[in-house]
Amino acid sequence: MIEGKPIYQYQVGDQLQITSIKLKNVMRRRLLDLGFVPGVTIEVVQKSPLGDPVAFKVFHTTIALRKEESSLIYAKKMNREVI
Amino acid sequence: MSHTIALAGNPNTGKSTLFNLLTGLKQHTGNWPGKTVVRAEGELKTDNHIYQVIDLPGTYSLYSNSADEEVARDFIIFEKPDITLVVVDATSLDRNLNLALQVFEMTSNAILCINLIDEARRKGIHIDKEELSRQLGIPVILISAREKIGIIQLLKTIDQMIDGKIQTHPFQVQYADEVEQKIHELQPKIQAIFGDSLPSRWLSLRLLDGDKQLLEALKAYIRDPNFVHSQQQLVKGDCCHGA
Repeated sequence: MIEGKPIYQYQVGDQLQITSIKLKNVMRRRLLDLGFVPGVTIEVVQKSPLGDPVAFKVFHTTIALRKEESSLIYAKKMNREVI
Repeated sequence: MSHTIALAGNPNTGKSTLFNLLTGLKQHTGNWPGKTVVRAEGELKTDNHIYQVIDLPGTYSLYSNSADEEVARDFIIFEKPDITLVVVDATSLDRNLNLALQVFEMTSNAILCINLIDEARRKGIHIDKEELSRQLGIPVILISAREKIGIIQLLKTIDQMIDGKIQTHPFQVQYADEVEQKIHELQPKIQAIFGDSLPSRWLSLRLLDGDKQLLEALKAYIRDPNFVHSQQQLVKGDCCHGA
């Protein structure tokens, strides 16, 4: 079973903890290099008017992802008090 | 005899500023990522040695996802710089050390240059360089290329490394048992072909990952160990950047 839901489904301002990455090959490698690694905390920063792409803050850098990729990255919402 | 130093690091960590400072050249620098499209070269003279300094393109990784990562990777693997300076941003070490760990798999002649230390101090970030150096197994120097802080220390360390006065044991990432087992099987075969001329553990990992582009580069290397230079002329103006 996959824990959490795809990261594009969360709301702006949500703090998320990445649980798994279902992407394959080069794109998987690329996103890992950009900091989308299981266990890492990211934040939903901004959504385009039509909801795609969505911008995320990862290790102090903002990165926008298309739904193609962000639908394959799973995360759970973090409790604000915990952070 | 001249030695080579390669500058590697993420985009926008001040590699080009350091390069200009070391070589006295005026390669264009600016506060946006991805400026160094092809590598730039310059000369550095210290009291004891002369160096060729090569400013590699800034990348988040050396797994050859793009042309500029390929340039940086091929240089470190096939041209084997005497020293690789890994330039990282003091204000975001967590992101930057990914590339450092990749470099440690490719070469043990590395120095970690933590740049923008002035900015980190302003932000209240304290870096324990002795502890970091102990854990990573290589020299760690805190610098600010912009404010010219730590440069003398850096030059001293470079000279000492060339003179064989510094022993490095770069931290090696340990993978899952299954992967380590496969590396163990592959590595002797790779060593039998390349000896110590290429890093066998790193090559094993790349082969296990099914890196076809690397296989092509290896074939070219076997035919002509100096192929990188001629190949890189072709890369000019054909590099891509960004996510």
